[in-house]
Amino acid sequence: MEVAKPIQHNQLVALEKDIKKERRQLAVKRFFSNKTVLAGSIMLIFLTLFAFIGPLISQFTPLQIDPANRLAKPSAEHWFGTDNFGRDLFSRVAHGAQVSMGVGLSVAVLTAVIGMVIGLYAAYYSALDHILMRISDALMAFPDILLAIAIMAVLGPQPVNVVIAVTLAKIPVVARIVRSSALVIKEQTYIEAMRAQGASSWRIIWRHILPNTVSPLIVQVTYVFAIAIILEAALSFLGAGVPAPDPSWGNILYDGKIVIYNAWWMTVFPGAFIVMAVLALNLFGDGLRDLLDPHSNKALKE
Amino acid sequence: MEGYPLLEVKELRTRFSSEKGTITAVDGVTFKVDYGETLGVVGESGCGKSVTAESIMRLLNEKSTRYDGEINFKGVNLLSLPEKKMLDIRGNEISMIFQDAMTSLNPVFTIGDQIAESIIVHQNLGKKEAMEKAVEMLRLTGIPSPEKRVHEYPHEISGGMRQRVMIAMALSCQPSLLIADEPTTALDVTIQAQILEVINDLKEELNMGVIMITHDLGVVAEVCTRVAVMYLGQVIEESDVDALFASPRHPYTRGLLKSIPTITGDRSQKLHTIQGVVPALDNVPKGCRFAPRCPYATDKCMTEFPLLETLENGQKIRCWHHQEIMEREAASDVITAAT
Amino acid sequence: MLLQQQLDGKITEQKDTGTPLLQVRNLKKYFPITSPFGRLKGHVKAVESVNFDLYEKGTLGLVGESGCGKSTTGRSILRLIEPTEGSVNYRGKDLLQLNQREFKGFRKEMQMVFQDPHSSLNPKKRIGELIEEPMEIHKIGTKADRMERAMDLLKRTGIREDQYFRFPHEFSGGQRQRIGIARALAVDPAIIVLDEPVSALDVSIQSQVLNLLEEIQDEFKLAYLFISHDLSVVRHIADEIGVMYLGHMVEKAPTDDLFANPLHPYTKALLSAIPIPDRKQRRERIIIKGDVPSPIDPPSGCVFHTRCPFAMEQCKSIKPEMLQQSDGHQVACHLYN
Repeated sequence: MEVAKPIQHNQLVALEKDIKKERRQLAVKRFFSNKTVLAGSIMLIFLTLFAFIGPLISQFTPLQIDPANRLAKPSAEHWFGTDNFGRDLFSRVAHGAQVSMGVGLSVAVLTAVIGMVIGLYAAYYSALDHILMRISDALMAFPDILLAIAIMAVLGPQPVNVVIAVTLAKIPVVARIVRSSALVIKEQTYIEAMRAQGASSWRIIWRHILPNTVSPLIVQVTYVFAIAIILEAALSFLGAGVPAPDPSWGNILYDGKIVIYNAWWMTVFPGAFIVMAVLALNLFGDGLRDLLDPHSNKALKE
Repeated sequence: MEGYPLLEVKELRTRFSSEKGTITAVDGVTFKVDYGETLGVVGESGCGKSVTAESIMRLLNEKSTRYDGEINFKGVNLLSLPEKKMLDIRGNEISMIFQDAMTSLNPVFTIGDQIAESIIVHQNLGKKEAMEKAVEMLRLTGIPSPEKRVHEYPHEISGGMRQRVMIAMALSCQPSLLIADEPTTALDVTIQAQILEVINDLKEELNMGVIMITHDLGVVAEVCTRVAVMYLGQVIEESDVDALFASPRHPYTRGLLKSIPTITGDRSQKLHTIQGVVPALDNVPKGCRFAPRCPYATDKCMTEFPLLETLENGQKIRCWHHQEIMEREAASDVITAAT
Repeated sequence: MLLQQQLDGKITEQKDTGTPLLQVRNLKKYFPITSPFGRLKGHVKAVESVNFDLYEKGTLGLVGESGCGKSTTGRSILRLIEPTEGSVNYRGKDLLQLNQREFKGFRKEMQMVFQDPHSSLNPKKRIGELIEEPMEIHKIGTKADRMERAMDLLKRTGIREDQYFRFPHEFSGGQRQRIGIARALAVDPAIIVLDEPVSALDVSIQSQVLNLLEEIQDEFKLAYLFISHDLSVVRHIADEIGVMYLGHMVEKAPTDDLFANPLHPYTKALLSAIPIPDRKQRRERIIIKGDVPSPIDPPSGCVFHTRCPFAMEQCKSIKPEMLQQSDGHQVACHLYN
């Protein structure tokens, strides 16, 4: 055994800093060596830039009608062409990106928070589990899109309501993921060790179970983000989502449907962005899963 | 086939390529197993004992594993055989049983089906004959009313029974070599005693060679005829079992034997300890692998690598100073005895 | 320093020598088995009328094979599992009569070290936090006090203080077990329940941890309840040993007495089944046949009669009482009536 000198406080702070730095470097290194998550992130950054910088560099606003210039092909002036009212498609798709990605992100955050609380408590209290899981069974029995349409019919077509509808449809999925991993964690010896210490349920749930369920939660939420974008597009396409004339990827597609044989650009551009957003999020999610779960990471290497 | 030893492992080296570079899990292991002999391979976790066994069976993923050296089984080098030929050897000529009998059995098939399957595959018997053979094998391992048991599923029987089923399965094709990887570690002592007896009896009956991989020196003393002690991928001492327990030569073996609490030793004494921990495989010491933990280590041990040396009594040892240590310890034993 | 006084104060004011620290009487635990529709189908009789005492600085070993109820006994005392019946008297107070709030104060007197060093430490917490957490729960000292004590304990259990910020996965099994021990010591308990603390460790590490446990027992004046399946380990550390079989304590004796003169046939079989790492001491074995019966429907009379080589007619019907044979040596067997 080596003789240990008492450690000074400032040494300790330095030590903590060192260790954190070392860990950060390792995380950065692992992030950049994971091609999937890297590709997903690059695409996401591109989409975000597109959503925020796109409207700034476009000379047109999304609602500016120019009847003389209806259904113009993509050109130097109108990069993505114009729609059946002569509105600039580039500007509409860029604004639509804000709406669609905004709805997706809001849904992701809301489902994560609510789903996490429900999942954690359902896992911890078995009486509550029965009630909450039966409710979520009932919600899951409806196809997402039908449930969302029904909710929209009640609430009326508003972007906020789209968020509410999709969130309600997706909470059970997230809650179940959190619940199932929390059920595993709950049986670990370190939870029993905490109970042996007299730790309160609150402490066990929030300080010990929660941190161990965060990885699967984050991964699942990226998928929910992707699904929310598709659902929003579907709702808007069906006229039950973001109301016209505000652009969203879904209602641009709807407008394009009528003229699909004459103006391919009206379906191809918003469609391509939906595909890209969903692909980016799925890649990001898959990559994150490998990054956050060391076991699957190892399995991949073998 | 005659005239060759059953199994002769020569300078076996098993390397894995991993994130951190190449790891040498088994580093120049040499030993021999004859018919009717039980070789014990002992060591702590990470010493390479299980990897050695898996190398003999060639169970490791060959994309990321490299083998060097020779594994001569009845005169044929297994490392040079194509995978197809290995299929005939695995489970037929060489069988293996594992520590965890529960996960080694498939939960959706009955015990009888699982034993019969390997008989059908290797011996070209019909379903009915294979089933009869399965019953017979179960009876051999001491399972009561085997004709009923064959229809049960793995979860319906106890841990000890499952290990017997594993043994029955392993021996169903009358292999000439049985590799037992910690076969009793998960079992209770009274059940362990039963299982060790079964393995020993069947070894005599079938004249098999057995490699018993274990961390428990007690098990070695009970069933083995010869022992190889492994440390960090190398055999550091190999000898006849009596000689090993009577006069262990390597400081590691000595330390290990002294650090185990026994049911006969002096209770008031503190347990002997070996300092430190086993180093990671990607960070092996340069000289003698045990040097950083060895109380007798000198500068030579830290820099120069000792070879496995054969003594006149047949004991093999990998240590620079075993002669002096023997003398010094003998002297100190006299002193402690006197006081 | 304040922290130390705070911790010491409580212990010394109640010190009471000669009497046992903990008295366990008639402890029973039946786990109900219910059908999917909630109908009671029976009970797993995990622990049946277990009695023992724990003394300050003393170690009681509980040995037996898997399913004998030794772990359930340990957990029942800590009320990690609520016992069905019985009493657990700690310094004259029956812990089983307290409600959870009252019991919380006693939790810090009784700590536990678990078998699996890998799952007993939360992988997302730094080891410093892990050791401080019990003190935080019991509101002992300030943050700085707690940190100081965590550092001291790390050092005491053989972990370098500069490892304070590391995560459990960066340590080996033996080191993690040391961290687990440090965590148990954090609130200065009087009793530690050690559930197979060295079973998952390598031989050379096992002896290090056993020595550490012996050292801190004197230093911190601890009573141990040492649960293990390994008789050689228990022999080394325990002053008194209780042998359990199918929920019953079948024999209890001072350690040397038990090994020199085992009385119960099960104890004899257990002793003879232990492989001895010495070729000179070969002996005739008593190999008991068969498996442990199911605790759902344990045999009538003496629970061991189905496997006992000496079973008599009365063993099948009459349950043997635990009787004193010699000083402190008790056995439950009709052979000694």
